[in-house]
Amino acid sequence: MSALGADAGPARFALKRLSGNGAGIVGLVLVVGFVVLAIAAPLIAPYAPNATNWTAIRQAPSTAHWFGTDEIGRDELSRVIWGARASLAAGVISVLIAGMIGVPAGLLAGFARGWTDAVLSRIVDAMLAIPFLILAIALAAFLGPNLRDAMIAIGVSTAPVFMRVARAATLDIMTRDFIEAARAVGNPPWRIALRHVAPNIGAPVLVQASLSIATAIIAEASLSFLGLGEQPPTPSWGAMLNVAQQFLTQAPWLAVFPGIMIILVVLGFNLTGDALHGVLDARRGK
Amino acid sequence: MQSSIGVRLLQIIPTIVLLSLIVFALQHLLPGDPAVMLAGDSAGDPHVVAQIRDHLLLNRPLWQQYLHWLAGVLHGNLGYSWELSASVATLILQKLPVTLQLSVMAFFFALAIGIPLGVVSAVKPGTPLDWLANSIGLFGLSVPTFWLGIVLILLVSVDLGWLPPSGYVPLLQDPLQSLRTTIMPSFVLGNAIAAIIMRHTRSAMLTALQQDYVRTARAKGLRESAVVLRHALRNALIPVVTLAGLQLGTLLSGAVLTEQVFDIPGIGKLVVDAVFNRDYPVIEGVVLVTGLLYVLINLVTDILYVVINPKLRGG
Repeated sequence: MSALGADAGPARFALKRLSGNGAGIVGLVLVVGFVVLAIAAPLIAPYAPNATNWTAIRQAPSTAHWFGTDEIGRDELSRVIWGARASLAAGVISVLIAGMIGVPAGLLAGFARGWTDAVLSRIVDAMLAIPFLILAIALAAFLGPNLRDAMIAIGVSTAPVFMRVARAATLDIMTRDFIEAARAVGNPPWRIALRHVAPNIGAPVLVQASLSIATAIIAEASLSFLGLGEQPPTPSWGAMLNVAQQFLTQAPWLAVFPGIMIILVVLGFNLTGDALHGVLDARRGK
Repeated sequence: MQSSIGVRLLQIIPTIVLLSLIVFALQHLLPGDPAVMLAGDSAGDPHVVAQIRDHLLLNRPLWQQYLHWLAGVLHGNLGYSWELSASVATLILQKLPVTLQLSVMAFFFALAIGIPLGVVSAVKPGTPLDWLANSIGLFGLSVPTFWLGIVLILLVSVDLGWLPPSGYVPLLQDPLQSLRTTIMPSFVLGNAIAAIIMRHTRSAMLTALQQDYVRTARAKGLRESAVVLRHALRNALIPVVTLAGLQLGTLLSGAVLTEQVFDIPGIGKLVVDAVFNRDYPVIEGVVLVTGLLYVLINLVTDILYVVINPKLRGG
């Protein structure tokens, strides 16, 4: 039973609509491209990401080193390719953490209403009152400066958004006839929540997840840029930009490529999220 | 109208109480003895550690510790920075005007970029102009603030030598030099929300252009520019400016990075330096103050929305 019409095949419908959306296709291609880049990094990267070459320090882009070399002679292209791993892992894992906290809380708030909803909503208001990055920085500072804790910090800071989306979707689903029917046949509340409401709030949560991965990737890059995310020598685009800032006049290319990679991957998730949002709206309007 | 403002005022009380609980809980995330950790680099000094333990009542139950901490906060006591040898409240009061100057300038940059782009995009939907405006908006949403800052320093300061790459001069000390040091950082900061304002403006304008009063204005034979600017935009701007006000959190988040890139001594730089000095009372203080600021600005924005919106004013 689906509020969005399971008979039409939601995934098929989404793919069909996405295939007609140029921006959505560009987004998907970018996302898939970066996933492939991250997985196949050992095969694609021309050098080991941490291999230093003291005779090739801060060399400008050339045929031997397409993106140049960094302050200790490491190949910038190889580090940029390997850096996709930290960014994508941070984006996906922190959004999973956010979803695991936010979606059940939103489902509970929207389903139970009353005091439960009031208390959960006020907690979310309070968390959203703290600027996202400042909360993430504070959590990362208290938890510890490393990628794992940065992902937890970003996930916890993003959870309120998922709670709001899940709550709104639950409130919408709760007005549908099939919920009334499920009640009428004597289903207990937990069964209605888990079997009838939860499966139907997936679409808006998925759209939010795509947009939140983009935000989380920027957040991870920001934390790593500040020294609170992935630690050297593991390559991470944010940390690479931190180093690049120290050599702006001597090696400006170091500041260019990691930034372009962040823009492209974030653009990919934003375009995909926007396209999915459009698909969802079209489906609702059917 | 008064009752809705009253309800809104009452609603912020639990939010502020919970905000204080979150900030209080932060110090308990620290592994080990909070007194030792809160002492930061002074952790080796047993006198300082004992002083913190006494001051925070760390031997008492949690609820007593919270009430004690809250009473201090209500009296303006946000703790003491052992690293900077100053009260946290004083430090924040010193740095806040810098960040506010940056944020206000960034806000105007965002409006100046976002609103015209949104209007052009809505007036010419489906044209190359719409596509260009949307692309600029999407780029703004996807570009990391700190990277844009680095690239602009490279182009505008290093290559062209037009503006200083870093530093800050207070507005009252030398207004012209102050503008020279803050114009690039505030543009970078404003870019983050210009894209959001552009999207809201586009959506609000598309709705406004469908309304009867716009059709009436056109039927009266008014020029298209007058219809768009005087009739549609004026009405579309009410929700746009309100939503723009709610972007303060994004501005404060962005300020952390912008101040770091341009070496501006605001609240963002204060919190990042505090992280590296393990100056936890400063981190807590900044989280609390920025959270309170956000709640208050939200409240003012909500009230202004009710006041300036003719539909809600009568209710």
